[in-house]
Amino acid sequence: MTFFFETLLGGLLAGTMYSLVAIGFVLIYKASGVFNFAQGSMLLFAALTFVSLHDQGVPFALALLLTVLVMIIGALLIERLVLRPLVNRSQITLFMATLGLSFIIEGLAQGLMGSQVRALDLGIDDVPIFIGGMMVSQFDLIAAAAAIVLVTVLALLFNKTRIGVSLRAVADDTTAALSIGINLNRIWQIVWAVAGVVGLVAGLLWGARQGVQFSLSLVVLKALPVLIIGGFTSIGGAIVGGLIVGASENLAEVYIGPLIGGGITPWFAYVLALAFLYIRPAGLFGERAIERV
Amino acid sequence: MSISLTRETAPSVLIQRRVPFGLLGLLLIAFVIVPLTGNDYWLNAILIPFLVLSLAGLGLNLLTGYTGQTSVGAAGFMAVGAFATYGFLLRLPELGLPVALLGGGLISAVVGFVFGLPSSRIKGFYLMVTTLAAQFFLEWLFVKFPWFYNYGSSGTISAPKLALFGHDLNTPVGRYLLTLTTVLLLTWVAINLVKSQIGRNWMAIRDMDTAAAVIGIPVVRYKHLAFAVSSFYLGIAGALWAFAYLGTASASSFDINRSFQILFIIIIGGMGSIAGNFVGAAFISLLPILLSHAGQALFGGSVDAGQLQNLQKIIFGVLIILFLIKEPEGLIRLLSNLRERLSHWPLRF
Repeated sequence: MTFFFETLLGGLLAGTMYSLVAIGFVLIYKASGVFNFAQGSMLLFAALTFVSLHDQGVPFALALLLTVLVMIIGALLIERLVLRPLVNRSQITLFMATLGLSFIIEGLAQGLMGSQVRALDLGIDDVPIFIGGMMVSQFDLIAAAAAIVLVTVLALLFNKTRIGVSLRAVADDTTAALSIGINLNRIWQIVWAVAGVVGLVAGLLWGARQGVQFSLSLVVLKALPVLIIGGFTSIGGAIVGGLIVGASENLAEVYIGPLIGGGITPWFAYVLALAFLYIRPAGLFGERAIERV
Repeated sequence: MSISLTRETAPSVLIQRRVPFGLLGLLLIAFVIVPLTGNDYWLNAILIPFLVLSLAGLGLNLLTGYTGQTSVGAAGFMAVGAFATYGFLLRLPELGLPVALLGGGLISAVVGFVFGLPSSRIKGFYLMVTTLAAQFFLEWLFVKFPWFYNYGSSGTISAPKLALFGHDLNTPVGRYLLTLTTVLLLTWVAINLVKSQIGRNWMAIRDMDTAAAVIGIPVVRYKHLAFAVSSFYLGIAGALWAFAYLGTASASSFDINRSFQILFIIIIGGMGSIAGNFVGAAFISLLPILLSHAGQALFGGSVDAGQLQNLQKIIFGVLIILFLIKEPEGLIRLLSNLRERLSHWPLRF
């Protein structure tokens, strides 16, 4: 039984790492209706920038600050060059644009900073500690804590500040928000910048886990089922979805995997998401779309 | 004296059917002149992949461009076609190549139908994720179960002897002609399909499925049909990709990047256009060759392959965004605009 709970807890903690990636998606989707496939590449770009700076001897805090600046500049450029010309186009068009964007960012990241695996040391020991007889990865605990802090900050930003109110207004009804004088372009810039910073946090944690390299951008594929289960429009949903995916993936790999040949993690989450879709087509916390002719 | 009606004003029934000299000329070049004059490099490395990619683009376009169901699992269905055709040729060799290809396509259609079932309840991005599920699941399936690749140690499938009515097709020209014939036949079917009731229903669903349901189109059935037909095309394209082009293929020949490549073909070529697939495929398969030649010419081999690949990625990304911004209907629209302009040249209107 201890083994079961250990697997479960390990999965839940890994799930918070998925949630971190998924939150970046939800932010952008909520504010602009864009399904941002480039989130994974942004994550890679942020982590690579940080590691490159750090390797050059730039101190930790300064490197972090510089990377945040880079991500903000990137967000401004994306808004100006990609989003603004595509305003009012269909969601699928915007999605495909972000697909192109992910190619550009990946090409840039690897072209400028190389494609070899970089080690990233955040100064966290990956030594398991024992809690109530169960082995728990210390690193996972810290990652989970980071996720909690991030979500709290975002919740405060969304609910208590002026920017947050206008963000929610834009998400609710873009035209109405425009008509009362909310600057849509500014909102998009802010949201993409915030998503870039979220990507940085996720990129650092994932990068410390598996090395900073190209496969980091594939984390995006892990986050998709999380979004499906949680719903595209809910940050809370992203968290719950991440936990569900992480836990069930771990349990399935241990208990179902051996029965059908193992290595089922790449697709198990997707099948789980499909099962959820049959029951709730808009995810657990997503908004149901009402259609009019 | 006959009344001459211009294209713009005449109802289509009144346009006289002219002998399509342009098309006949193209066919003559493709079937006679190219096999006689083309060298092996051109056939193997350029024409065959171009044709197969066009067919794959066509398959995806039927689903995404005509029915409006975005799919990023195209390569998964190609893999089904390839492995199923291999299975038929290996285990039932008496069927012969055409039947095996057809069988591969049909099995792929069934798999596509199954993975398209969620389309009855969900759409948009949620549906797109189910196609991703198909992609990953199928890739895993063809790696994990050795039965699919005949228990080989490397997990690859190689073309058994390609032969048609006793003719050996294992020469570049033979494989080219096999590909060309298959692609043209299926293109002809597709052209008629999208002009038929089925095609019109698909387009109605693409434009607005709620409205289509209101005017009495059985939306769910036609969405499922689109998934099946699209997968049929993709399956045959996959089999040709494996046996006519690669020769030896494995599940990794059909990974997610292949899916994206095919999606780009239809974005760049033109969504909802048959000819657009060919233009898009030509663009996608020629651009890397062009870029590497340009890189060689400019930097004289001093630039390393990895950087060239990064550059290629950036250029692809920029092109996709540019197309979406400037010409959402793709290269084919650009070409038809050009033709329209030229037909009035030098007068402006």
